[in-house]
Amino acid sequence: MNKRPIKVLLAKAGMDNQNKEIRILARGLREQGGMEVIYSGLYCSLEEIAATALREAVDLVGLFVHNGSHLDLYPRLHELLAAQNAGYIPPVFGGGLIPERHRQELKAQGSATEIFGPGTSTGSIIAWINQVLAAGEGGELL
Amino acid sequence: MKELGQKVLAGDVRSASRLIRNLEDQIPGTHVAMQEIFTKTGNAHVIGITGAPGAGKSTLTDELVFSWRQRNKTVGVLAVDPTSPFTGGALLGDRIRMLRHAEDKGVFLRSLATRGSMGGISKAVGEGIHVMDAMGKDTIIVETVGVGQQEVEIINHAHTVIVVLVPGMGDEIQALKAGLMEIADIFIINKADRDGAASLYKEVTNMVHMSVTKGGWEIPVLLVESVQEPKKFAESVSAVCDKIEDHYRYLVDKNLLSERLRRKTAAEFNEALWAAILQPVLNDLDAGGEMEKMVDQLLKKETDPYTLAAEVAVRYKNKV
Repeated sequence: MNKRPIKVLLAKAGMDNQNKEIRILARGLREQGGMEVIYSGLYCSLEEIAATALREAVDLVGLFVHNGSHLDLYPRLHELLAAQNAGYIPPVFGGGLIPERHRQELKAQGSATEIFGPGTSTGSIIAWINQVLAAGEGGELL
Repeated sequence: MKELGQKVLAGDVRSASRLIRNLEDQIPGTHVAMQEIFTKTGNAHVIGITGAPGAGKSTLTDELVFSWRQRNKTVGVLAVDPTSPFTGGALLGDRIRMLRHAEDKGVFLRSLATRGSMGGISKAVGEGIHVMDAMGKDTIIVETVGVGQQEVEIINHAHTVIVVLVPGMGDEIQALKAGLMEIADIFIINKADRDGAASLYKEVTNMVHMSVTKGGWEIPVLLVESVQEPKKFAESVSAVCDKIEDHYRYLVDKNLLSERLRRKTAAEFNEALWAAILQPVLNDLDAGGEMEKMVDQLLKKETDPYTLAAEVAVRYKNKV
């Protein structure tokens, strides 16, 4: 049997319209990574993002933040994803304009599994996704 | 696995979305849940929305969902987008236009990638419809990928097929005639405030009048315009809704629904047979490396596919 195709939700939340990065990543994950990518579009609420993750049964959620509200958004998203969980919480990754110490803080508190800094290549994000899912982070979907 | 089907029947979104994912990924054992729900399905009205890329299918679907919610109906949506034939990747973007329904408990919106299916929908669509039906959704909308002329597989799944056209196709209408243009129960001319809408309307109406009527149903040609003016747009889509309901009533009254269901059921049974009979044989041949050897033999022209297939058939006859 073929390997399960990876399904990723890429999301933007709130008043944050910097979307070039996420669109490039969406294309990269699709073209280089062979993944199924759902892009939420701009100005979503975290509730909408969580509801979409649930209904689409995605493996991972990527949230990208460029408006400085990352310290609020990631923990809240993680909370919402965990609240609707029944066995599987999709790991959250992200990026954007987030200072290194905040990246570490968010990872340490567990609200994001990985946050990539500026200049990260699409290839390394793909490699990371494959590695995380192979390691069974977040539990088994079935 | 056993309880998954029960949870779907109880309307649990999480279980339904996981079940659809497992169906898409063809996880072995998924049919157990399907066995549980199958006999409980058959209550939903299934609507197919198809048309060329960029015709406005997603935006229309979004507004149709809104209309049905206004009428207190629950809605399921399966939105299909194409899978890359080269990498297997897909960008599922239909949701963007339907974001306002994301949290509505009465709406279950799900994207599917075609994953190599050629008919304009994905293989999981048929089963996805059953899952949403089992959840108790009143209406299920299947939005196909942007199609050309021949991707008409939606007719095997939908009770009512809507073909969305836009002005600017002009002469191509003639070319489109066979295939896509034959499957419509309802035509929508979208973006009808654009140039060329009037002539398109005339051409399609003429074509509809010339075609053999399907047992008395006069195929309506509806104009939808003014997506920029929400109120007007909502009104014209609500009129589409009325026609869709008319069509359903017509199917029920004339006892034609069973005919369409029969077609779908036969196709499904066909698939199930394929999965139960041919798939194990293929897996077995693959696992033993025999498949490769046989392809080699064929490449070297040592034998022909018909002889080999006949040999395989005899060998596995009493095994599956």
